[in-house]
Amino acid sequence: MNINLTLFAQAITFFAFILFTARFVWPPLMRAVEARQKQIADGLAAAEEGKQSLELSAKQADQEIAKARARAAEIMAQAEKRVSQMIEEAKLSAREEGNREKTAAKAEIEQEVSRAKEALRSQVSLLAIAGAEKILRREVDAKTHADLLQAVQAEL
Amino acid sequence: MAAGAEMRPTEYIGHHLTFNTQAIGDGGFWTLNVDTIVTSVLLGVIGFGFMWLVVRGATAGVPGKRQAFVELIFDFVDEQVKGIFHGARGFITPLALTVFVWVLLMNAMDFLPVDWVALGTHHVNEHGFRIVPTADVNTTFALALSVWMLMMYYTIKVKGLGGWIHELFCAPFGSNPLLWVFNFLFNLVEYVSKPLSHSLRLFGNMYAGEIIFLLLWMMAATSIAGTVFGSLLGLGWAIFHILIVALQAYIFMMLTIVYISMAHESH
Repeated sequence: MNINLTLFAQAITFFAFILFTARFVWPPLMRAVEARQKQIADGLAAAEEGKQSLELSAKQADQEIAKARARAAEIMAQAEKRVSQMIEEAKLSAREEGNREKTAAKAEIEQEVSRAKEALRSQVSLLAIAGAEKILRREVDAKTHADLLQAVQAEL
Repeated sequence: MAAGAEMRPTEYIGHHLTFNTQAIGDGGFWTLNVDTIVTSVLLGVIGFGFMWLVVRGATAGVPGKRQAFVELIFDFVDEQVKGIFHGARGFITPLALTVFVWVLLMNAMDFLPVDWVALGTHHVNEHGFRIVPTADVNTTFALALSVWMLMMYYTIKVKGLGGWIHELFCAPFGSNPLLWVFNFLFNLVEYVSKPLSHSLRLFGNMYAGEIIFLLLWMMAATSIAGTVFGSLLGLGWAIFHILIVALQAYIFMMLTIVYISMAHESH
């Protein structure tokens, strides 16, 4: 255990290694570590951001769905209203149509009746004339009494 | 064992505790412990070269296994520094990292069985080649005194020369002129004891560990039973020594950080 020049040699070596470590080992390692720390921090921030935007869009989606649901209900109500309205209208027009057809049928019937009366009347008059002719054949000449016969016919 | 010759236990231990010295001048001081320097430089080059190679291709993305390993050590050291030192860590963490990795590697040399290593080192030098640089008091003193000088540098840089001298006489007991002598003596003891305890703690642990290994391996020379018993005890001591090696490196690093951060704080 004697001190000799090795002391200084070792001290110089020690300083050389300190300088080497401080100059060549520490800075690149520090850079890499700091860059990684930044990457991790960025990643965490991005994840947080993603989570927030997910929440936001979920909220938006909920809002949209609620809006769509309300709109659908509104449309349904409108449609129901419209349908009942249409049914009312159809009922109304059907009733009107029925009435009209009823009156038309009545009128036709009346017409038919009057026509039948007319025909009956003319036939009766013909029969009357024929009867009268038969009765009067001998005395009445169709030609000479045409005026008379016609007047009778018109009267009937 | 050296050249297979019959050796007495003290010779065996003394043989393994002999430095490979190289005199470069007159007097006992002008000598270099070649084994210490070569081993420590080699370990430093391997350790820091490995880290340099890894961090040169360091990616901010998913790290590879080697990068993760280096980052693990780096984070461990940086956490310790963060807990003690408050300020820019651009120099002190590399310093602590250097101390930790280098001391750990140098301590770990204790695990290599000296007699097997000697098979190789005997080709270089017949008379001893110690492979645990931290069991050389020169290494631990060099480290501790370097840290001490950094501590003084930061003390004077942060507090100013006047502030430092003021603190030397007025802390920790107070600025009463009657207390100046006591303050100064107290600080003197502190400034002397810091590098001494810093270096001798590491040296003592490693030196003792080495001697216990040598004693256990020496049993192997007695008989077959001694070989088995010595190997078992050697294994037990090696496992326990893993704790000491890591713990001493850790303590050395922590003291380095503590001393330097104390220099940054004014009382």
